[in-house]
Amino acid sequence: MNRHILLVAAALAALPLVAHAAEPFRIGLLVPMTGPFQSTGRAINDAVKLYLKQHGDTVAGHKVEILLRDDAGVPDNTKRLATELVVRDHVNAFAGFGLTPLALATAPVATQAKIPEIVMVAATSSIVNASPYIFRSGQVLPQPATIAADWALKHGVKKIVSVVSDYGPGYDAEKWFNDRFTAGGGTVVAALRVPLANPDFAPFLQRVKDAAPDAMYAFVPAGVGGIFAKQFVERGMDKSGIRFIATGDVTDDDNLGDMGDAMLGVVTAGPYSAAHPTELNKAFVDGYREVSGGHRAGFVAAFAYDGIDMLYRALEKTKGNMDGTALAEALKGLSFESPRGHISVDPETREIITPIYIREVKKVDGALYNVETETFAAVKDPAKIKP
Amino acid sequence: MLTILVDGLAYGMLLFVLACGLSVTLGVMNFINLAHGAFAMAGGYVAVVLVNGYGVPFLLALPIAAIAAGLLGVVLEQTLYVHVYRRSHLDQVLFSIGLVFIAMAVVDYTQGSQQQFLHLPNFLKTRIDLGVVSLGTYRVLIICICGVLALALQAILTRTRFGARLRASVDDPVTARGLGINVNAIFAATFGVGSGLAGLGGALGAEILGLDPSFPLKFMVYFLIVVTAGGAAGMTGPFLAAILLGVADVAGKYYFPSVGAFIIYTLVIVLLVWRPNGLFAAASGR
Repeated sequence: MNRHILLVAAALAALPLVAHAAEPFRIGLLVPMTGPFQSTGRAINDAVKLYLKQHGDTVAGHKVEILLRDDAGVPDNTKRLATELVVRDHVNAFAGFGLTPLALATAPVATQAKIPEIVMVAATSSIVNASPYIFRSGQVLPQPATIAADWALKHGVKKIVSVVSDYGPGYDAEKWFNDRFTAGGGTVVAALRVPLANPDFAPFLQRVKDAAPDAMYAFVPAGVGGIFAKQFVERGMDKSGIRFIATGDVTDDDNLGDMGDAMLGVVTAGPYSAAHPTELNKAFVDGYREVSGGHRAGFVAAFAYDGIDMLYRALEKTKGNMDGTALAEALKGLSFESPRGHISVDPETREIITPIYIREVKKVDGALYNVETETFAAVKDPAKIKP
Repeated sequence: MLTILVDGLAYGMLLFVLACGLSVTLGVMNFINLAHGAFAMAGGYVAVVLVNGYGVPFLLALPIAAIAAGLLGVVLEQTLYVHVYRRSHLDQVLFSIGLVFIAMAVVDYTQGSQQQFLHLPNFLKTRIDLGVVSLGTYRVLIICICGVLALALQAILTRTRFGARLRASVDDPVTARGLGINVNAIFAATFGVGSGLAGLGGALGAEILGLDPSFPLKFMVYFLIVVTAGGAAGMTGPFLAAILLGVADVAGKYYFPSVGAFIIYTLVIVLLVWRPNGLFAAASGR
């Protein structure tokens, strides 16, 4: 297998010599289209379709081909499919990646084949370290987590209890919020971890209630976010003066509309809201609704849209040179307007620099939306800033 | 802490309603039905579609969900389950786990993979304040419904003619047939009731346990724990086991959150070492 990759890598390196304008630009889109994370895959796929619909399928003289592959959320599949895409289909870039392990599994393939890997959704900070060809179009969790902590400190929150799901992203969300909050003079009364397959949040919420903090900071997967918030309200905690602070994942636009009025007033820090008031975003949200069959664009869709945008812009910058290393160089330092606001690619870390907004859940025209109240522009990954 | 006790009680009661059907099929009919959770999921989805989609009042949607799941149970029992009653336990396990995957795929295809949110009426979202303690109305409702059901089931099983026939059919189907008892009909009815109860549990539990296509797999362990720890004789065992596990789980997660997830399993191990056949084992070993 390794020898194959090397051969292909060599072939790809020689590609610019033989490439001509008619050669299509192939993007291997590796996403979970089935299994428990299929909603992520579908959102990515729809957003990519929308991008091609809005911007055409030709860039710098090359026709863009999307090769969609379903990894069902299993890292072994991702790696196998990525290798196939290189060896057989001669892709020029990878994109997609719903979960951290899936992005990491592809990293060695991207390195050997020397083609860029755009990580759209997976949000663990360390991913970009795995290969010099990895770029991120989404977010890293420490970005919203530290902004949420800053916001809490600024608004007189002194004591918090953190509640996170007991898995990788949960630890990231917990560590970066709690460290920042403590460093700023706040007190973390308790740091609770909830089992991922947890049927009932009652005991954890009761514990938060009895600890009587100024606010509860929560990170749970978007699917159970609604149940979590409902039980928060059912327990009367919103009335006992405990504020609900979370990262944007909890109030994902994808489900927010169904979560019910319990969500009203929840404050989150996140990079994207479907209610972001720009023309660009409106076109994105309207277009996405059409392409996806009536769904509201969530942050996953926004990240995927930006990821394809990055590849288009990189190929324009190289004037049609599809060599992976040239593309990677072109990706560094890209800076452009996206549906979520102004974003750029950090040339040193290959990490996304994104605005993070403080949002409050409010009713807009009868439906729940994350309404942005404060903007923190150009937030870098705090995990990669050397002290 | 009274609130924790009530929360645990509600959770335990919910587990009981979800699992009691299984304790009938597994314990009484001696059939390993891992697809039990699929009927609970069916009930949950029926309730969600009715309440959210058609605006049916929640309290009316509950019995409809139970009946729908029960009918589904009877139909599947008559068409599929009858063929595997006499097969080995391995066949039964393979058959029913296959059914689980089919059910998950069907729900996924028709309803999508996302978490479903049941829109409860406002009067159930309030809290009852009793001075010393305040309780969620919805949890109190769960305790009431499930408590009544538990009593009714126990009475039916031990006091009525149907109960006597069911017990006879299980102990010795051949003799029971000889005495003119329609064993097949009794099994079908029992299976339907068990599935219906699961459906009710799924509808009641959507608010607390959540509802998505992975529901039958996620909660299979809990159902099996309740039945195993409770023992297979009558309703008392599973009932007490469900309450005990519910309260222990909630209290454990409250007082020792770092090890909370393990408490329920530890308790099961201790219980089974102490009483290998469950809290209330059948007098005659089967």
